[in-house]
Amino acid sequence: MEKLIEDFSVGLFFWQTLLFIALVLLLWRYAWKPILNAVNDREEGIKNALAAAEDAKKEMQNVTADSEKLLKEARAERELMMKEAREIKEKIVSEAKEQAQVEGDKLIKQAQATIESEKKAAVTDIKNQVAELSVDIAEKIIKEQLANKDKQLKLVDNMLNDIKLD
Amino acid sequence: MACTGQSVFAGTDEISSEAEGKDLKTEISDYIQHHLKDSHDFSLFSYSDDQNITHHVGLPLPVILWDNGLVLFSSSKLHHGESVAEAGGNYYKAYHGKIYKTDSEGTINYDESHHPTNIKPVDFSITKSVVMILITGFLMFLLFRSLAVSYSKNNNIAKGVGRFFEPIILYIRDDIAIATIGEKRYRKYMPFLLTIFFFVWFLNMFGMTPLGVNVTGNIAITTALAILTFLLTNFTGTSDYWKHLFDPLGDSMPWIAKIPLYIILVPIELLGLIIKPFSLLIRLYANMQAGHIVIMSLIGLMFIFKNWIGSTLSFGLAFAISIIEILVAVLQAYIFTMLSALYFGFASEEHEHAEAH
Repeated sequence: MEKLIEDFSVGLFFWQTLLFIALVLLLWRYAWKPILNAVNDREEGIKNALAAAEDAKKEMQNVTADSEKLLKEARAERELMMKEAREIKEKIVSEAKEQAQVEGDKLIKQAQATIESEKKAAVTDIKNQVAELSVDIAEKIIKEQLANKDKQLKLVDNMLNDIKLD
Repeated sequence: MACTGQSVFAGTDEISSEAEGKDLKTEISDYIQHHLKDSHDFSLFSYSDDQNITHHVGLPLPVILWDNGLVLFSSSKLHHGESVAEAGGNYYKAYHGKIYKTDSEGTINYDESHHPTNIKPVDFSITKSVVMILITGFLMFLLFRSLAVSYSKNNNIAKGVGRFFEPIILYIRDDIAIATIGEKRYRKYMPFLLTIFFFVWFLNMFGMTPLGVNVTGNIAITTALAILTFLLTNFTGTSDYWKHLFDPLGDSMPWIAKIPLYIILVPIELLGLIIKPFSLLIRLYANMQAGHIVIMSLIGLMFIFKNWIGSTLSFGLAFAISIIEILVAVLQAYIFTMLSALYFGFASEEHEHAEAH
Protein backbone atom coordinates (compact mmCIF):
# COMPACT_ATOMS: atom_id res chain seq x y z
CA MET A 1 0.00 0.00 0.00
CA GLU A 2 2.83 2.35 0.92
CA LYS A 3 4.50 1.48 -2.36
CA LEU A 4 1.30 2.19 -4.23
CA ILE A 5 0.98 5.63 -2.68
CA GLU A 6 4.65 6.29 -3.33
CA ASP A 7 4.21 5.22 -6.96
CA PHE A 8 1.22 7.48 -7.38
CA SER A 9 2.17 10.36 -9.63
CA VAL A 10 -0.03 13.42 -9.29
CA GLY A 11 1.14 14.75 -12.64
CA LEU A 12 0.28 11.59 -14.48
CA PHE A 13 -3.08 11.51 -12.73
CA PHE A 14 -3.70 15.09 -13.81
CA TRP A 15 -2.76 14.47 -17.43
CA GLN A 16 -4.69 11.21 -17.60
CA THR A 17 -7.86 12.83 -16.24
CA LEU A 18 -7.55 15.85 -18.50
CA LEU A 19 -6.67 13.90 -21.64
CA PHE A 20 -9.24 11.20 -21.04
CA ILE A 21 -12.08 13.68 -20.53
CA ALA A 22 -10.94 15.53 -23.65
CA LEU A 23 -10.83 12.24 -25.53
CA VAL A 24 -14.33 11.27 -24.37
CA LEU A 25 -15.74 14.64 -25.40
CA LEU A 26 -13.93 14.67 -28.74
CA LEU A 27 -14.90 11.12 -29.62
CA TRP A 28 -18.44 11.75 -28.42
CA ARG A 29 -18.84 14.68 -30.76
CA TYR A 30 -16.92 13.39 -33.77
CA ALA A 31 -17.10 9.61 -33.58
CA TRP A 32 -19.49 7.89 -31.19
CA LYS A 33 -22.46 10.07 -31.97
CA PRO A 34 -22.29 9.69 -35.75
CA ILE A 35 -21.36 6.01 -35.46
CA LEU A 36 -24.20 5.15 -33.11
CA ASN A 37 -26.63 7.24 -35.11
CA ALA A 38 -25.57 5.56 -38.33
CA VAL A 39 -25.86 2.13 -36.77
CA ASN A 40 -29.25 3.01 -35.32
CA ASP A 41 -30.43 4.36 -38.64
CA ARG A 42 -29.26 1.24 -40.36
CA GLU A 43 -30.99 -0.98 -37.84
CA GLU A 44 -34.17 1.06 -38.15
CA GLY A 45 -33.85 0.75 -41.92
CA ILE A 46 -33.44 -2.99 -41.71
CA LYS A 47 -36.35 -3.25 -39.33
CA ASN A 48 -38.54 -1.15 -41.59
CA ALA A 49 -37.47 -3.09 -44.66
CA LEU A 50 -38.30 -6.35 -42.94
CA ALA A 51 -41.65 -5.02 -41.83
CA ALA A 52 -42.33 -3.79 -45.35
CA ALA A 53 -41.39 -7.18 -46.78
CA GLU A 54 -43.68 -8.84 -44.27
CA ASP A 55 -46.47 -6.46 -45.23
CA ALA A 56 -45.88 -7.12 -48.90
CA LYS A 57 -45.99 -10.84 -48.24
CA LYS A 58 -49.27 -10.47 -46.41
CA GLU A 59 -50.63 -8.27 -49.18
CA MET A 60 -49.54 -10.87 -51.69
CA GLN A 61 -51.26 -13.58 -49.70
CA ASN A 62 -54.36 -11.44 -49.53
CA VAL A 63 -54.27 -10.89 -53.27
CA THR A 64 -53.83 -14.58 -53.91
CA ALA A 65 -56.64 -15.41 -51.53
CA ASP A 66 -58.80 -12.78 -53.19
CA SER A 67 -58.12 -14.06 -56.66
CA GLU A 68 -58.76 -17.60 -55.54
CA LYS A 69 -62.00 -16.48 -54.00
CA LEU A 70 -62.94 -14.70 -57.19
CA LEU A 71 -62.08 -17.76 -59.22
CA LYS A 72 -64.17 -19.94 -56.98
CA GLU A 73 -67.04 -17.52 -57.19
CA ALA A 74 -66.76 -17.38 -60.94
CA ARG A 75 -66.73 -21.15 -61.13
CA ALA A 76 -69.74 -21.38 -58.88
CA GLU A 77 -71.53 -18.79 -60.95
CA ARG A 78 -70.73 -20.59 -64.14
CA GLU A 79 -72.07 -23.82 -62.71
CA LEU A 80 -75.17 -22.07 -61.56
CA MET A 81 -75.66 -20.56 -64.97
CA MET A 82 -75.13 -23.88 -66.67
CA LYS A 83 -77.59 -25.48 -64.34
CA GLU A 84 -80.12 -22.80 -65.00
CA ALA A 85 -79.58 -23.08 -68.73
CA ARG A 86 -80.07 -26.82 -68.54
CA GLU A 87 -83.22 -26.35 -66.57
CA ILE A 88 -84.50 -23.76 -69.02
CA LYS A 89 -83.69 -26.04 -71.90
CA GLU A 90 -85.48 -28.92 -70.31
CA LYS A 91 -88.41 -26.75 -69.50
CA ILE A 92 -88.59 -25.42 -73.04
CA VAL A 93 -88.32 -28.89 -74.50
CA SER A 94 -90.94 -30.28 -72.19
CA GLU A 95 -93.23 -27.37 -72.81
CA ALA A 96 -92.78 -27.78 -76.55
CA LYS A 97 -93.52 -31.43 -76.25
CA GLU A 98 -96.61 -30.76 -74.25
CA GLN A 99 -97.79 -28.16 -76.68
CA ALA A 100 -97.13 -30.47 -79.57
CA GLN A 101 -99.09 -33.16 -77.85
CA VAL A 102 -101.97 -30.87 -77.23
CA GLU A 103 -101.88 -29.56 -80.77
CA GLY A 104 -101.65 -33.06 -82.17
CA ASP A 105 -104.53 -34.24 -80.07
CA LYS A 106 -106.57 -31.32 -81.22
CA LEU A 107 -105.72 -32.02 -84.86
CA ILE A 108 -106.55 -35.67 -84.45
CA LYS A 109 -109.84 -34.83 -82.83
CA GLN A 110 -110.71 -32.39 -85.59
CA ALA A 111 -109.71 -34.96 -88.17
CA GLN A 112 -111.83 -37.58 -86.46
CA ALA A 113 -114.77 -35.22 -86.28
CA THR A 114 -114.38 -34.34 -89.95
CA ILE A 115 -114.08 -37.99 -90.87
CA GLU A 116 -117.18 -38.75 -88.80
CA SER A 117 -119.21 -36.04 -90.41
CA GLU A 118 -117.96 -36.96 -93.88
CA LYS A 119 -118.83 -40.53 -93.16
CA LYS A 120 -122.32 -39.56 -92.04
CA ALA A 121 -122.78 -37.40 -95.08
CA ALA A 122 -121.57 -40.21 -97.31
CA VAL A 123 -123.83 -42.72 -95.58
CA THR A 124 -126.79 -40.37 -95.88
CA ASP A 125 -126.02 -39.81 -99.53
CA ILE A 126 -125.70 -43.50 -100.16
CA LYS A 127 -128.97 -44.05 -98.32
CA ASN A 128 -130.65 -41.43 -100.36
CA GLN A 129 -129.30 -42.81 -103.58
CA VAL A 130 -130.23 -46.35 -102.54
CA ALA A 131 -133.73 -45.17 -101.67
CA GLU A 132 -134.09 -43.37 -104.98
CA LEU A 133 -132.76 -46.37 -106.84
CA SER A 134 -135.04 -48.65 -104.87
CA VAL A 135 -137.98 -46.42 -105.57
CA ASP A 136 -136.99 -46.29 -109.27
CA ILE A 137 -136.61 -50.05 -109.37
CA ALA A 138 -139.80 -50.53 -107.48
CA GLU A 139 -141.59 -48.16 -109.80
CA LYS A 140 -140.31 -50.02 -112.81
CA ILE A 141 -141.16 -53.39 -111.26
CA ILE A 142 -144.59 -52.18 -110.22
CA LYS A 143 -145.22 -50.65 -113.61
CA GLU A 144 -144.31 -53.93 -115.25
CA GLN A 145 -146.34 -56.03 -112.83
CA LEU A 146 -149.34 -53.82 -112.95
CA ALA A 147 -149.55 -54.28 -116.57
CA ASN A 148 -151.91 -57.26 -116.10
CA LYS A 149 -154.78 -57.42 -113.78
CA ASP A 150 -154.00 -60.60 -111.93
CA LYS A 151 -150.76 -59.54 -110.88
CA GLN A 152 -152.10 -56.23 -109.53
CA LEU A 153 -154.54 -58.05 -107.42
CA LYS A 154 -152.05 -60.53 -106.16
CA LEU A 155 -149.85 -57.60 -105.15
CA VAL A 156 -152.59 -55.96 -103.27
CA ASP A 157 -153.14 -59.20 -101.49
CA ASN A 158 -149.50 -59.63 -100.58
CA MET A 159 -149.37 -56.15 -99.32
CA LEU A 160 -152.37 -56.57 -97.30
CA ASN A 161 -150.94 -59.73 -95.89
CA ASP A 162 -147.78 -57.97 -94.93
CA ILE A 163 -149.64 -55.25 -93.18
CA LYS A 164 -151.69 -57.81 -91.31
CA LEU A 165 -148.52 -59.51 -90.22
CA ASP A 166 -147.04 -56.28 -88.95
CA MET B 1 9.40 -5.25 -24.93
CA ALA B 2 11.40 -8.29 -25.93
CA CYS B 3 13.81 -6.16 -27.95
CA THR B 4 14.33 -3.67 -25.14
CA GLY B 5 14.90 -6.49 -22.74
CA GLN B 6 17.41 -8.32 -24.89
CA SER B 7 19.49 -5.33 -25.80
CA VAL B 8 19.63 -4.10 -22.25
CA PHE B 9 20.31 -7.47 -20.74
CA ALA B 10 22.93 -8.18 -23.36
CA GLY B 11 24.64 -4.96 -22.30
CA THR B 12 24.36 -5.57 -18.61
CA ASP B 13 25.50 -9.11 -19.08
CA GLU B 14 28.82 -7.90 -20.40
CA ILE B 15 29.20 -5.47 -17.55
CA SER B 16 28.53 -8.14 -15.00
CA SER B 17 31.05 -10.52 -16.49
CA GLU B 18 33.65 -7.74 -16.59
CA ALA B 19 32.89 -6.08 -13.32
CA GLU B 20 32.53 -9.23 -11.33
CA GLY B 21 30.31 -9.22 -8.32
CA LYS B 22 27.48 -7.29 -9.91
CA ASP B 23 24.62 -9.68 -9.63
CA LEU B 24 22.70 -10.35 -12.85
CA LYS B 25 19.54 -11.21 -10.95
CA THR B 26 19.50 -7.90 -9.12
CA GLU B 27 20.25 -6.19 -12.39
CA ILE B 28 17.24 -7.81 -14.04
CA SER B 29 15.03 -7.13 -11.05
CA ASP B 30 16.07 -3.48 -11.11
CA TYR B 31 15.42 -3.32 -14.82
CA ILE B 32 11.92 -4.74 -14.38
CA GLN B 33 11.23 -2.28 -11.56
CA HIS B 34 12.48 0.51 -13.76
CA HIS B 35 10.35 -0.61 -16.67
CA LEU B 36 7.16 -0.78 -14.62
CA LYS B 37 7.56 2.86 -13.64
CA ASP B 38 6.80 5.84 -15.74
CA SER B 39 9.85 7.63 -17.13
CA HIS B 40 10.70 11.16 -18.05
CA ASP B 41 12.02 10.29 -21.48
CA PHE B 42 10.84 7.97 -24.24
CA SER B 43 13.70 5.52 -24.22
CA LEU B 44 13.77 2.86 -26.89
CA PHE B 45 16.85 0.92 -25.77
CA SER B 46 20.19 1.44 -24.11
CA TYR B 47 23.59 -0.17 -24.51
CA SER B 48 27.07 -0.03 -23.05
CA ASP B 49 30.07 0.82 -25.17
CA ASP B 50 33.66 -0.36 -24.82
CA GLN B 51 34.39 2.22 -22.14
CA ASN B 52 31.54 0.72 -20.12
CA ILE B 53 29.48 3.88 -20.50
CA THR B 54 25.77 3.27 -20.85
CA HIS B 55 24.14 5.00 -23.81
CA HIS B 56 20.39 5.57 -23.93
CA VAL B 57 18.64 5.79 -27.26
CA GLY B 58 15.28 7.52 -27.21
CA LEU B 59 13.48 10.83 -27.25
CA PRO B 60 13.80 13.41 -24.51
CA LEU B 61 10.46 14.72 -23.21
CA PRO B 62 9.58 18.00 -21.56
CA VAL B 63 9.76 18.13 -17.79
CA ILE B 64 7.18 20.42 -16.21
CA LEU B 65 7.44 21.09 -12.49
CA TRP B 66 5.48 23.27 -10.12
CA ASP B 67 8.02 24.62 -7.67
CA ASN B 68 6.66 28.01 -6.54
CA GLY B 69 6.14 28.72 -10.22
CA LEU B 70 6.30 26.79 -13.41
CA VAL B 71 9.64 25.15 -14.22
CA LEU B 72 10.16 23.71 -17.65
CA PHE B 73 13.18 21.94 -19.12
CA SER B 74 14.02 18.99 -21.32
CA SER B 75 14.45 15.58 -19.76
CA SER B 76 17.76 15.23 -21.61
CA LYS B 77 19.20 17.47 -18.89
CA LEU B 78 18.50 14.81 -16.29
CA HIS B 79 20.50 12.14 -18.17
CA HIS B 80 18.45 9.31 -16.73
CA GLY B 81 19.15 10.35 -13.20
CA GLU B 82 22.87 10.56 -13.81
CA SER B 83 23.25 14.34 -13.73
CA VAL B 84 21.77 17.38 -12.08
CA ALA B 85 19.47 19.60 -14.14
CA GLU B 86 19.54 23.32 -13.59
CA ALA B 87 16.43 25.37 -14.31
CA GLY B 88 15.42 28.81 -13.03
CA GLY B 89 18.23 28.87 -10.51
CA ASN B 90 17.12 25.62 -8.91
CA TYR B 91 18.70 22.19 -9.24
CA TYR B 92 16.80 18.98 -9.81
CA LYS B 93 17.78 15.36 -9.90
CA ALA B 94 15.85 12.25 -10.84
CA TYR B 95 16.01 9.37 -8.41
CA HIS B 96 14.06 6.18 -9.10
CA GLY B 97 11.83 7.93 -11.60
CA LYS B 98 10.98 10.84 -9.30
CA ILE B 99 12.38 14.32 -9.52
CA TYR B 100 13.78 15.87 -6.34
CA LYS B 101 14.99 19.37 -5.62
CA THR B 102 18.67 19.28 -4.75
CA ASP B 103 21.64 21.53 -4.35
CA SER B 104 24.03 22.14 -7.23
CA GLU B 105 25.93 18.96 -6.32
CA GLY B 106 22.83 16.82 -6.62
CA THR B 107 23.05 15.41 -3.08
CA ILE B 108 20.05 13.46 -1.98
CA ASN B 109 19.51 12.96 1.73
CA TYR B 110 17.91 9.79 2.98
CA ASP B 111 15.97 8.96 6.09
CA GLU B 112 16.55 5.78 8.07
CA SER B 113 14.41 3.64 5.73
CA HIS B 114 16.38 4.91 2.74
CA HIS B 115 13.67 7.27 1.47
CA PRO B 116 14.82 10.60 0.06
CA THR B 117 13.96 13.55 2.30
CA ASN B 118 14.53 16.17 -0.40
CA ILE B 119 11.67 18.41 -1.49
CA LYS B 120 9.64 16.81 -4.25
CA PRO B 121 8.11 19.44 -6.56
CA VAL B 122 4.75 18.56 -8.12
CA ASP B 123 5.61 16.86 -11.36
CA PHE B 124 3.41 17.67 -14.35
CA SER B 125 5.92 16.37 -16.88
CA ILE B 126 4.91 15.02 -20.22
CA THR B 127 6.21 11.58 -19.39
CA LYS B 128 6.37 8.45 -21.50
CA SER B 129 2.90 7.45 -20.27
CA VAL B 130 1.47 10.85 -21.16
CA VAL B 131 2.97 10.51 -24.63
CA MET B 132 1.40 7.08 -24.99
CA ILE B 133 -1.94 8.45 -23.83
CA LEU B 134 -1.68 11.18 -26.45
CA ILE B 135 -0.70 8.68 -29.16
CA THR B 136 -3.52 6.34 -28.17
CA GLY B 137 -6.02 9.18 -28.09
CA PHE B 138 -4.86 10.38 -31.47
CA LEU B 139 -5.05 6.87 -32.89
CA MET B 140 -8.54 6.34 -31.48
CA PHE B 141 -9.69 9.63 -32.87
CA LEU B 142 -8.37 8.82 -36.34
CA LEU B 143 -9.78 5.32 -36.25
CA PHE B 144 -13.28 6.09 -35.07
CA ARG B 145 -13.54 9.35 -36.95
CA SER B 146 -12.78 7.43 -40.15
CA LEU B 147 -15.42 4.89 -39.19
CA ALA B 148 -17.95 7.66 -38.58
CA VAL B 149 -17.10 9.26 -41.90
CA SER B 150 -17.26 5.95 -43.75
CA TYR B 151 -20.86 5.57 -42.59
CA SER B 152 -22.00 8.82 -44.08
CA LYS B 153 -20.03 8.19 -47.26
CA ASN B 154 -21.00 4.60 -47.73
CA ASN B 155 -24.72 4.53 -47.06
CA ASN B 156 -24.48 3.51 -43.38
CA ILE B 157 -22.15 0.60 -44.03
CA ALA B 158 -18.73 0.52 -42.38
CA LYS B 159 -15.70 0.40 -44.62
CA GLY B 160 -12.11 -0.61 -44.10
CA VAL B 161 -10.78 -1.15 -40.57
CA GLY B 162 -14.10 0.04 -39.16
CA ARG B 163 -15.57 -3.29 -40.20
CA PHE B 164 -13.47 -4.88 -37.50
CA PHE B 165 -14.41 -2.35 -34.84
CA GLU B 166 -18.09 -2.00 -35.63
CA PRO B 167 -19.09 -5.38 -34.15
CA ILE B 168 -17.13 -4.51 -31.00
CA ILE B 169 -18.96 -1.20 -30.70
CA LEU B 170 -22.25 -3.03 -31.20
CA TYR B 171 -21.25 -5.62 -28.63
CA ILE B 172 -20.53 -2.91 -26.08
CA ARG B 173 -23.84 -1.27 -26.88
CA ASP B 174 -25.99 -4.42 -26.87
CA ASP B 175 -24.34 -6.76 -24.40
CA ILE B 176 -22.75 -4.33 -22.00
CA ALA B 177 -24.68 -1.05 -22.01
CA ILE B 178 -28.21 -2.16 -22.86
CA ALA B 179 -27.89 -5.39 -20.87
CA THR B 180 -26.81 -3.67 -17.65
CA ILE B 181 -28.22 -0.14 -17.88
CA GLY B 182 -31.34 -0.79 -19.85
CA GLU B 183 -32.81 0.33 -23.14
CA LYS B 184 -34.08 3.61 -21.72
CA ARG B 185 -31.02 5.21 -20.21
CA TYR B 186 -27.98 3.54 -21.78
CA ARG B 187 -27.48 6.25 -24.37
CA LYS B 188 -25.84 8.88 -22.19
CA TYR B 189 -23.25 6.42 -20.89
CA MET B 190 -22.23 5.13 -24.30
CA PRO B 191 -19.47 7.70 -25.05
CA PHE B 192 -17.78 6.96 -21.74
CA LEU B 193 -18.11 3.18 -22.03
CA LEU B 194 -16.87 3.04 -25.62
CA THR B 195 -13.98 5.38 -24.93
CA ILE B 196 -12.89 3.58 -21.79
CA PHE B 197 -13.06 0.16 -23.44
CA PHE B 198 -10.96 1.08 -26.44
CA PHE B 199 -8.65 3.28 -24.40
CA VAL B 200 -7.83 0.54 -21.92
CA TRP B 201 -7.66 -2.13 -24.60
CA PHE B 202 -5.34 -0.16 -26.86
CA LEU B 203 -3.07 0.86 -24.01
CA ASN B 204 -2.95 -2.74 -22.78
CA MET B 205 -1.98 -3.81 -26.29
CA PHE B 206 0.67 -1.11 -26.51
CA GLY B 207 2.05 -2.54 -23.31
CA MET B 208 2.63 -5.78 -25.19
CA THR B 209 4.75 -4.10 -27.85
CA PRO B 210 8.53 -3.76 -27.62
CA LEU B 211 7.95 -0.08 -26.81
CA GLY B 212 7.49 -1.40 -23.32
CA VAL B 213 5.03 1.13 -22.01
CA ASN B 214 3.17 0.17 -18.90
CA VAL B 215 0.43 2.77 -18.88
CA THR B 216 -2.58 0.80 -17.68
CA GLY B 217 -0.37 -0.87 -15.10
CA ASN B 218 0.18 2.50 -13.49
CA ILE B 219 -1.81 3.27 -10.37
CA ALA B 220 -2.33 6.94 -11.29
CA ILE B 221 -3.93 5.99 -14.61
CA THR B 222 -6.31 3.41 -13.17
CA THR B 223 -7.17 5.75 -10.31
CA ALA B 224 -8.08 8.50 -12.76
CA LEU B 225 -10.30 6.13 -14.73
CA ALA B 226 -11.95 4.72 -11.63
CA ILE B 227 -12.62 8.19 -10.24
CA LEU B 228 -14.28 9.17 -13.50
CA THR B 229 -16.51 6.09 -13.24
CA PHE B 230 -17.25 6.98 -9.61
CA LEU B 231 -18.15 10.57 -10.44
CA LEU B 232 -20.27 9.60 -13.41
CA THR B 233 -22.08 6.97 -11.34
CA ASN B 234 -22.96 9.37 -8.56
CA PHE B 235 -23.70 12.43 -10.64
CA THR B 236 -26.13 10.55 -12.85
CA GLY B 237 -27.68 8.63 -9.95
CA THR B 238 -31.45 8.80 -9.76
CA SER B 239 -33.38 9.62 -6.61
CA ASP B 240 -34.08 5.91 -6.24
CA TYR B 241 -30.37 5.23 -6.19
CA TRP B 242 -29.79 7.72 -3.37
CA LYS B 243 -32.85 6.56 -1.54
CA HIS B 244 -31.53 3.00 -1.74
CA LEU B 245 -28.18 4.18 -0.43
CA PHE B 246 -29.50 5.93 2.67
CA ASP B 247 -32.68 3.94 3.15
CA PRO B 248 -31.84 0.43 1.92
CA LEU B 249 -34.76 -1.25 3.67
CA GLY B 250 -37.35 1.13 2.28
CA ASP B 251 -40.84 0.95 3.73
CA SER B 252 -40.52 -2.65 4.82
CA MET B 253 -40.32 -1.75 8.52
CA PRO B 254 -41.13 1.18 10.83
CA TRP B 255 -38.51 3.93 11.07
CA ILE B 256 -37.83 3.33 14.75
CA ALA B 257 -36.76 -0.24 14.02
CA LYS B 258 -34.56 0.90 11.19
CA ILE B 259 -32.39 3.23 13.27
CA PRO B 260 -30.21 0.58 14.95
CA LEU B 261 -29.87 -1.30 11.66
CA TYR B 262 -28.94 1.79 9.75
CA ILE B 263 -26.13 2.63 12.13
CA ILE B 264 -24.45 -0.38 10.53
CA LEU B 265 -26.09 -0.52 7.11
CA VAL B 266 -25.63 3.03 5.89
CA PRO B 267 -21.86 3.13 6.57
CA ILE B 268 -21.58 -0.20 4.72
CA GLU B 269 -23.50 1.20 1.78
CA LEU B 270 -21.33 4.32 1.77
CA LEU B 271 -18.21 2.20 2.00
CA GLY B 272 -19.48 0.16 -0.92
CA LEU B 273 -19.66 3.38 -2.89
CA ILE B 274 -15.90 3.79 -2.50
CA ILE B 275 -15.00 0.11 -2.68
CA LYS B 276 -16.59 -0.34 -6.10
CA PRO B 277 -14.29 2.07 -7.98
CA PHE B 278 -11.40 1.05 -5.74
CA SER B 279 -11.77 -2.56 -6.86
CA LEU B 280 -11.84 -1.30 -10.44
CA LEU B 281 -8.57 0.56 -10.11
CA ILE B 282 -6.76 -2.17 -8.22
CA ARG B 283 -7.95 -4.92 -10.57
CA LEU B 284 -6.72 -3.24 -13.74
CA TYR B 285 -3.49 -2.05 -12.12
CA ALA B 286 -2.64 -5.41 -10.58
CA ASN B 287 -3.47 -7.42 -13.68
CA MET B 288 -1.40 -5.33 -16.04
CA GLN B 289 1.44 -4.92 -13.57
CA ALA B 290 1.54 -8.66 -12.90
CA GLY B 291 1.45 -9.48 -16.60
CA HIS B 292 4.41 -7.22 -17.27
CA ILE B 293 6.38 -8.60 -14.33
CA VAL B 294 5.76 -12.21 -15.40
CA ILE B 295 6.74 -11.68 -19.02
CA MET B 296 9.80 -9.63 -18.20
CA SER B 297 10.89 -12.12 -15.56
CA LEU B 298 10.59 -14.96 -18.05
CA ILE B 299 12.58 -13.00 -20.61
CA GLY B 300 15.13 -12.29 -17.89
CA LEU B 301 15.32 -16.01 -17.10
CA MET B 302 16.70 -16.63 -20.58
CA PHE B 303 19.77 -14.61 -19.67
CA ILE B 304 20.08 -16.19 -16.25
CA PHE B 305 19.92 -19.75 -17.58
CA LYS B 306 22.31 -19.09 -20.46
CA ASN B 307 21.95 -22.61 -21.77
CA TRP B 308 19.98 -24.16 -24.61
CA ILE B 309 17.38 -25.99 -22.62
CA GLY B 310 16.59 -23.46 -19.93
CA SER B 311 16.57 -20.47 -22.21
CA THR B 312 14.46 -22.25 -24.82
CA LEU B 313 11.98 -23.23 -22.16
CA SER B 314 11.88 -19.68 -20.85
CA PHE B 315 11.33 -18.42 -24.35
CA GLY B 316 8.47 -20.86 -24.91
CA LEU B 317 6.91 -19.88 -21.61
CA ALA B 318 7.33 -16.16 -22.30
CA PHE B 319 5.71 -16.68 -25.69
CA ALA B 320 2.76 -18.55 -24.17
CA ILE B 321 2.30 -15.94 -21.45
CA SER B 322 2.47 -13.18 -24.08
CA ILE B 323 -0.43 -14.79 -25.91
CA ILE B 324 -2.36 -15.06 -22.66
CA GLU B 325 -1.53 -11.40 -21.96
CA ILE B 326 -3.05 -10.43 -25.30
CA LEU B 327 -6.25 -12.08 -24.09
CA VAL B 328 -5.88 -10.44 -20.68
CA ALA B 329 -5.52 -7.08 -22.43
CA VAL B 330 -8.98 -7.33 -23.97
CA LEU B 331 -10.42 -9.12 -20.94
CA GLN B 332 -9.37 -6.38 -18.53
CA ALA B 333 -10.74 -3.72 -20.84
CA TYR B 334 -13.98 -5.69 -20.99
CA ILE B 335 -14.15 -6.12 -17.22
CA PHE B 336 -13.50 -2.45 -16.57
CA THR B 337 -16.19 -1.45 -19.06
CA MET B 338 -18.62 -4.10 -17.86
CA LEU B 339 -18.28 -3.17 -14.20
CA SER B 340 -18.53 0.55 -14.94
CA ALA B 341 -21.71 -0.16 -16.88
CA LEU B 342 -22.99 -2.26 -13.98
CA TYR B 343 -22.42 0.61 -11.55
CA PHE B 344 -24.11 3.02 -13.95
CA GLY B 345 -26.95 0.52 -14.14
CA PHE B 346 -27.36 0.57 -10.36
CA ALA B 347 -27.26 4.36 -10.32
CA SER B 348 -29.82 4.83 -13.04
CA GLU B 349 -32.29 2.21 -11.92
CA GLU B 350 -35.66 3.75 -11.28
CA HIS B 351 -37.79 1.08 -9.68
CA GLU B 352 -37.27 -0.55 -6.32
CA HIS B 353 -35.04 -3.58 -6.44
CA ALA B 354 -34.24 -6.06 -3.75
CA GLU B 355 -31.20 -7.77 -5.25
CA ALA B 356 -29.04 -4.72 -5.84
CA HIS B 357 -26.05 -5.97 -3.92
